[in-house]
Amino acid sequence: MSLTVITLLLFGLALVAFTVGRGRAAAFPGAKGGVIAADRPHSRPNYHGAFVALAALAPALIVVAAWGLFSEGVVGDAVIASVPAAERPATPLDRSSFLSEVKGIASGEMEAGFNPATGPAAKVYNETHDTYNLIVGGIAAVLLAIGAIWGLARLKPNFRARNRVEKAIMGLLIVASLVAILTTAGIVGSLIFESARFFNQVSIIEFLTSTTWSPQTALRADQVGSSGAFGAVPLFWGTIFIGAIIAMIVAIPLGLMAAVYLTQYADSRVRSFLKPLLEVLAGVPTVVYGFFAALTVAPAVRDFAVSIGLENASSSSALAAGSVMGIMIIPFVSSMADDALNAVPQAMRDGSFAMGATKSETVRKVLLPAALPGIVGGVLLAVSRAIGETMIVVMAAGLAANLTANPFDSVTTVTTQIVALLTGDQEFDSPKTLSAFALGLVLFVITLILNIYALSVVKKYREAYE
Amino acid sequence: MASMSASRPATETLASKAPTDWSGPAMTARIKGRYRSEFVFKYAGLAALVVAALFLVFLLFTIVRDGASGFRSTDVKVTVTYDPTILGIDQAAAKGPGGKQLIEQGNFQGLLTTADTGLGVGTNVVSEGAWLVLREAVIADPSLLGKTATLWVPTRSNFDLLAKGKFDLDAADEARGVNDADIAAYRQLESRGLLKTGFNWTFLTSADSTTPELAGIWGAAKGSLLTLLVTLVLSFPVGIFAAIYLEEFAPKNRWTDMVEVSINNLAAVPSIIFGLLGLAVFLNFLNMPRSAPIVGGLTLALMTFPVIVIAGRVAIKAVPPSIRDAALGVGASPVQVVFQHVLPLALPGILTGTIIGMARALGETAPLLLIGMRAFVTEIPSGLSNPATALPVQVFLWSDDVARGFVEKTSAAIIVLLIFLMLMNSVAIYLRNRFERRW
Repeated sequence: MSLTVITLLLFGLALVAFTVGRGRAAAFPGAKGGVIAADRPHSRPNYHGAFVALAALAPALIVVAAWGLFSEGVVGDAVIASVPAAERPATPLDRSSFLSEVKGIASGEMEAGFNPATGPAAKVYNETHDTYNLIVGGIAAVLLAIGAIWGLARLKPNFRARNRVEKAIMGLLIVASLVAILTTAGIVGSLIFESARFFNQVSIIEFLTSTTWSPQTALRADQVGSSGAFGAVPLFWGTIFIGAIIAMIVAIPLGLMAAVYLTQYADSRVRSFLKPLLEVLAGVPTVVYGFFAALTVAPAVRDFAVSIGLENASSSSALAAGSVMGIMIIPFVSSMADDALNAVPQAMRDGSFAMGATKSETVRKVLLPAALPGIVGGVLLAVSRAIGETMIVVMAAGLAANLTANPFDSVTTVTTQIVALLTGDQEFDSPKTLSAFALGLVLFVITLILNIYALSVVKKYREAYE
Repeated sequence: MASMSASRPATETLASKAPTDWSGPAMTARIKGRYRSEFVFKYAGLAALVVAALFLVFLLFTIVRDGASGFRSTDVKVTVTYDPTILGIDQAAAKGPGGKQLIEQGNFQGLLTTADTGLGVGTNVVSEGAWLVLREAVIADPSLLGKTATLWVPTRSNFDLLAKGKFDLDAADEARGVNDADIAAYRQLESRGLLKTGFNWTFLTSADSTTPELAGIWGAAKGSLLTLLVTLVLSFPVGIFAAIYLEEFAPKNRWTDMVEVSINNLAAVPSIIFGLLGLAVFLNFLNMPRSAPIVGGLTLALMTFPVIVIAGRVAIKAVPPSIRDAALGVGASPVQVVFQHVLPLALPGILTGTIIGMARALGETAPLLLIGMRAFVTEIPSGLSNPATALPVQVFLWSDDVARGFVEKTSAAIIVLLIFLMLMNSVAIYLRNRFERRW
């Protein structure tokens, strides 16, 4: 019996509990409508039913959900334990491929695994799964029955079923909003935990100050060319160079001018046509930009560099990735600038016009200086978004960790390296894979600081004009 | 007033200065200059938008140009004799019970390589997967065994590309990407009318493959659908509940502030960080299966959740307080007010935000790469814990492939992805226009 079936059965039983509870309540004296409030039961029959159903379902569901979360691990351990020690998979990767073969055979999708030991293991898998599911299903059913009986016993005409049900709903709402904190805690916790393991093996000073990045660790002691150097400075530079310099050189003037035109010059007909265009630009998936950057822009940039005499121009140049990223960011910068310009009080605009200034003079000498804090905040948010952007740089920027300011050269970024380190075969405890988490931590902290600072700037700016 | 006169020594000169000659040459030139800079500024703004628009048009143009041919494929007409000895199928047994299984195990690959296919050209024209077509034909009609039949089978990628004119035949040999033998064979077959290019059903119905002509998008599309299903089921209710709590019930205290700050920050956290979270927590801590839509869905749900909460809060806030007051006034409890009055009115706005969030999740690649959904999956995923890939990841994988035939497949996959995104956004726009009320 699968977990889904058990869950559906539990819901079915809860529905029965609901009907019984509602029936009980409907039979209360005055339930059909007493003349005065004191003659009627406190809550409507539906609430009584819901109370019984909740009392029955909640504990049972918690047990099933907990089991669902840990079942794969527990059953996996049981399966591995059943395999003779000599044939047991050694590394975590072997273990997971072994288990996926076992699962394939167990579900009947595969006829036989590559590993002969998976045949008997699949049997064990099915048996353990069934046994555990039966036990868990049994416990859940008993809890459900106890809950239903307890709930039914409490139903009385003056029982405040509605308040109880509403309290449960409120609990659900609070739990839902705690998901945000849990996610944040999960991110911070897992990044710090894995980074700490990395910094046990590699010094944090080296990571933050050394300029050599070569994460291939030696598999054998005598291997050549696998130094395992983890100096992340070239990565930070590459990230800043592409995301905060090249992309912003493209995005700030274009985005700002687009916002100025849309808010100051364009009439509503033009605006209704141009604004969706920017939204489309913002909605194109980054992988599409990446493909375009790699296939169309990068060769063009390389040809251009060669034509002006740079012989060793890279085909994965910083310029190609950065400029496409800049285009991607335009809508973002434009909408932030739009907000900032609109927040400038009308009186300042009117005052400038009254002095005889033209529109462009008003924009340049009054609106932009007045909106500057808002625009700067928006640009900082855009930078934070650009340095966290992954697909464009993974596809169009290189993997070579160069410390160069030549835009036709190849640089690598933090996000590119995270993807490169964590895809493909990986042994999980090596400094190579753990370094990805350290890079992730740096990225998270920097974007967080940028976001918080930028949001506070924007907020303060808005308040100044309110 | 010494300081006054010190700061304004120009009083005398101002008085002695003649009135400005507004129509004089100096002033006319100045005004002309001002109007010129006004003109330049205005059209600089328009130019910025035009640059963005041109980029978008160019991007879509190249993708459609390269991708349109990905929806077409070339077949070649072969004449084969279903020789039972080569196939290793006993003719009599094949018609009996269990014959289907027998046919399925037949050596159709060998048949295509050894038997005469009536093409009469030196090189191998048919695709590696062409034997599947033969097998299908025999399964459908076992009496074909031993007989000779003509049928259309897919060609190798090179012939497909030749038929679509994707090679520059005038280029030097090494830059051309296709050898002389193939070109000669192609010209011969073409002149005999044995080639036809038609709609590529394989692309729309199958999963990934190492050979471009057999690769399809449906496996990835289904992987995306399963992933998004998990994302929707998890993030939609939780997001609405959190939005309701924060907007309607949350007391003003430190906890609420913390929740709000986390939600706003989560919305701005780079997506790849969510991939790291998924890898560390779901895969390594909870031992969930790699490459599975359930893990992808969970990861994307965490990412979409803040988007839904923020959209939900805006929609709930837009419901006027008079509705709440009226409901409270006739004796509804606060929970009843929210679930029976506020929520139904806010739902269109919440749905719009949810669809936009889901569209973003559909285009998201980076976190899925980290949890292993870049696996090479040749089977169409049938369940939430089967290995699967997703549409944008498929785009990424194909864009990395060296085989020339994958270039058009990548663009075609992008077209499919963009069509899905367009559909989702149109639904969102429709909902917004149809149901959203201004109070």
